[in-house]
Amino acid sequence: MSNHSEAKKPLSDRRKFILNMARGVGYAAIGGMVWSAYLDEAKASPLILRPPAAIKENDFLKTCIKCGLCVEACPYDTLKLAKPGDHMPIGTPFFTPRDIPCYMCEDIPCVPVCPSGALDEPSVTVDGHLDINVADMGLAVIDENSCIAFWGIQCDACYRACPILGQAITVEYSKNERTGKHAFLKPVVHADACTGCGMCEKACVTEKPAIFILPREVAMGKAGSHYIKGWDKKDEARLKDAHAIRTTTNISRKKAVDKLNAGFEGLLDE
Amino acid sequence: MSKIWNHYRYLILRRFTQIGILVLFFGANAWGWKILQGNLSTSEIFGIIPMSDPFAVMQMVATGVIVATDLLLGVAVVTLFYFLIGGRAFCSWVCPVNMVTDSANYLRRVFDIDRAQLQKQPISRNVRYWVLGLSLVISALMGIAAFEFISPISMLHRGIIFGIGFGWAAVLIIFVFDLLVLKNGWCGHICPLGGFYSILGKFSFIRVHHIEENCTLCMKCKVVCPEKQVLHMIGKESIPVLSGECTNCARCIEVCDDDALRFSIRDFIQNKKTGE
Repeated sequence: MSNHSEAKKPLSDRRKFILNMARGVGYAAIGGMVWSAYLDEAKASPLILRPPAAIKENDFLKTCIKCGLCVEACPYDTLKLAKPGDHMPIGTPFFTPRDIPCYMCEDIPCVPVCPSGALDEPSVTVDGHLDINVADMGLAVIDENSCIAFWGIQCDACYRACPILGQAITVEYSKNERTGKHAFLKPVVHADACTGCGMCEKACVTEKPAIFILPREVAMGKAGSHYIKGWDKKDEARLKDAHAIRTTTNISRKKAVDKLNAGFEGLLDE
Repeated sequence: MSKIWNHYRYLILRRFTQIGILVLFFGANAWGWKILQGNLSTSEIFGIIPMSDPFAVMQMVATGVIVATDLLLGVAVVTLFYFLIGGRAFCSWVCPVNMVTDSANYLRRVFDIDRAQLQKQPISRNVRYWVLGLSLVISALMGIAAFEFISPISMLHRGIIFGIGFGWAAVLIIFVFDLLVLKNGWCGHICPLGGFYSILGKFSFIRVHHIEENCTLCMKCKVVCPEKQVLHMIGKESIPVLSGECTNCARCIEVCDDDALRFSIRDFIQNKKTGE
């Protein structure tokens, strides 16, 4: 009987508060998990091309406040803000070169207006002046299978369209063995000069462009510190990042010569 | 005519500011107007005065990024305005989602959905503070501004200014949710930005003030109020609405036929009342 009346007693305020808090935490955990899972997918967009002077993608996603001032500053409507359904991190600026490439304005109007630092003005400033030629929006990549210049048909649309003509894209000549009397005029992209503006992609004559811009992270490999151009002083600077991995086993603890002189005792036991 | 004006004057003014702000933003993107550039996340007035969404910047801070000075200045401008003057006015005078949820609310009254769902509201209005806290935690864990990535508010204002994509779907969901599922569901229960401004706007000067002597207990104010818990003093005492959850939308003032509700400056009112 007494048990029954106790069960009817209303919960104390403190208990109610604690239970409510616990319930809140429970809901928050479930909601937070779904939310985080969505964000993890939503921010993964490795093929997105950013405006000039954009900082590294991971930091860009943290820093950009999605105000669209760069988009408004762009005189060519190159830059867009990602909409729901674009499958890109929502609200962040990007461009699609095949539609509208970056025309590489000399005064780079999109960069100084950025209030958040997601577009980093110093990275496109040389000797106190803005210089779009050092921008790094991406890298042009050529699919040699679909590029008609590699078939032997004469086309230099991308070479002509390149705003850094003769540096970012050059044309290399080689003999066309198939005909025996013609030349291949093959476009070659130079990563150190290419800004990724996408004028070549826009100009490409094939149905789907044979030359296209990819973010550098995607388009480029990395030799690492095992391989160095020994003939290039600058390249040797990369060595300062190198670090050796040493493993010590029973065998390698002594010098090899000592180990051999000591006979092979114990070696076979291991 | 003057009766209509009296009954809708603040509503008309609010729609004017809400739509006006969007028009200025839209003009900046479409035709290069320089009056108000950017969007509600960050903007510039005449290219000089910066304004930034303090909640968005709080999320950025949570991700661990160093926030640029321009943004901090913008945050200071916005924060000071709402903290000192406007209260939670962002929600009813600026935010475009307000038009969506207000119309859902209006249709609830027209179709008597309120009466069909008379039972106690199933979820607490404090959920927004949980969502607010959760936004910051997830921002820190995932390294991106968590709410900014799913915010229907941003989808709507960005959508109107820059092109909406599938953002209309999010807006539609909110409309249907508010209309059929939960009264004042988004703005009054869930939206963490509303929760943020509720906390920030708690101490602002502009307050709605109740004059109990004039009140005839018609309760029209409570019918239209989107946060009716803040009107707990109606017909009881002559005090200002002090809860930060009041959006200063002033619907209660204009529906009152008895002049029992007015805008006032907080301290001035208190002194007058006590005669000090």
